[in-house]
Amino acid sequence: MESPASDRYRPLTLVAKLTYRCPLRCLYCSNPVERSGATSPELTQPHWEGVLSDAESLGVVQVHFTGGEPLLRPDLEGLVAHARGLGLYSSLITSGLGLARERLQQLAAAGLDHVQVSIQGMSDADGVQIAGRAGLPQKLRVMEWVRALELPLTINVVLHRHNIDQIPQLIDLAERLGAERLELANAQYLGWALANREYLLPDDAQIERARDQANAARERLRGRMELLFVLPDYHAGVVRACMSGWASRYIVVSPDGMVLPCHQAHALPGLAFERVTERSLTAIWRDNPGLERFRGESWMADPCRSCERRSQDFGGCRCQAFQLTGRMDATDPACKLAPDHDLILRARDRARAAPDARVQLRYRRVPREPAAR
Amino acid sequence: MTTPIPEQARPKLARKVRLRFDRHSNAHWLLYPERGMKLSASAASIAALCTGAKTLQQIVDELHAGAPGASREQIAQDVQQFLRALRDRSLLEPL
Repeated sequence: MESPASDRYRPLTLVAKLTYRCPLRCLYCSNPVERSGATSPELTQPHWEGVLSDAESLGVVQVHFTGGEPLLRPDLEGLVAHARGLGLYSSLITSGLGLARERLQQLAAAGLDHVQVSIQGMSDADGVQIAGRAGLPQKLRVMEWVRALELPLTINVVLHRHNIDQIPQLIDLAERLGAERLELANAQYLGWALANREYLLPDDAQIERARDQANAARERLRGRMELLFVLPDYHAGVVRACMSGWASRYIVVSPDGMVLPCHQAHALPGLAFERVTERSLTAIWRDNPGLERFRGESWMADPCRSCERRSQDFGGCRCQAFQLTGRMDATDPACKLAPDHDLILRARDRARAAPDARVQLRYRRVPREPAAR
Repeated sequence: MTTPIPEQARPKLARKVRLRFDRHSNAHWLLYPERGMKLSASAASIAALCTGAKTLQQIVDELHAGAPGASREQIAQDVQQFLRALRDRSLLEPL
């Protein structure tokens, strides 16, 4: 067995994006904008099993089965069982659509540790507008099954202008369902979410109200339910510790086997990422130039280079820097010290000024069938 | 929330939590959704006893029996502190 990576770049979590196919087409989808209609061949089950084994030997302890909608892979049960055999803690990140109780039971029997179900809001109308499809009753059924099978449940809600005022009702719902965790995740304005930012970005007053509601509920629920709410980087003035540092703690593997530091990095120009069909994950993680590019701190320029926060925020998000400024090594504009911070302030001003702008929404086209490999 | 855990409570790791030996760091970890917590050797021996079968008192007695040189009071204090930290992170079943 190959020796694990040094602790400095020991990955802890594998994000296994099993497919780009999905019954939903959320306005803030984190899947590629430019590849939305393409159907590059998906990795086979043996490929994924190799990825899981290599990830474990590199030090990974958590695996997130996600997509797209991972339930569309008929071999999901086998992959869960393989992860369990390796001692990995496995999470299914799902919309819940198309899931039957029997299949959930099989996944639990295969050793699934945790289920995260996303909802778009408190009504079916939210689902239609945001994800192009209703489906809340099915999602609620799935969550009840998760509870009945005694699997830990996380409810995930991506927050934006049109549902962020529902936080009290969302907390009620999570309590009623007996969820272990409620993740109120502000949309990150990259990719599709950036394309739809005008429609999605909440105004400052909404964010403040949401923060107060979440903080109060977090205290009240302490020890019973975990409530996650992080002030979004657009409003915090400080940047996210994106992926806990570039190619450091997270390995993202795309449906076609590309090894990436995050969900968006494939869009960065000139970074040569590799596929696990070409070289082993272990070798790629060790020395792929794309993964090396922003590891550590040597790439940083001022104001990051001399900033005390650089060891906590790792210089923020390279994809956000690129998508907003066109330069991937620029300071993340979300930082109030960034030369380009006014890009963020102007977006916030527009959100304040134009509550009902009739903006053109951009929905992702979703590939239907996997290409044959 | 710093109320003490009663002597007669039977602490049990929450069902979302798995205790795993990690060969890379040669330590036990608690794994739970999206997180992991590396444990010291003494914390790991406490966590392993949190099965819901034993009372807090019994857990302290058992740890004390394994380390007769140490003060029982000190062990009790360490166990309290660790379990409260777990409880506040929702890593124990409600007591």
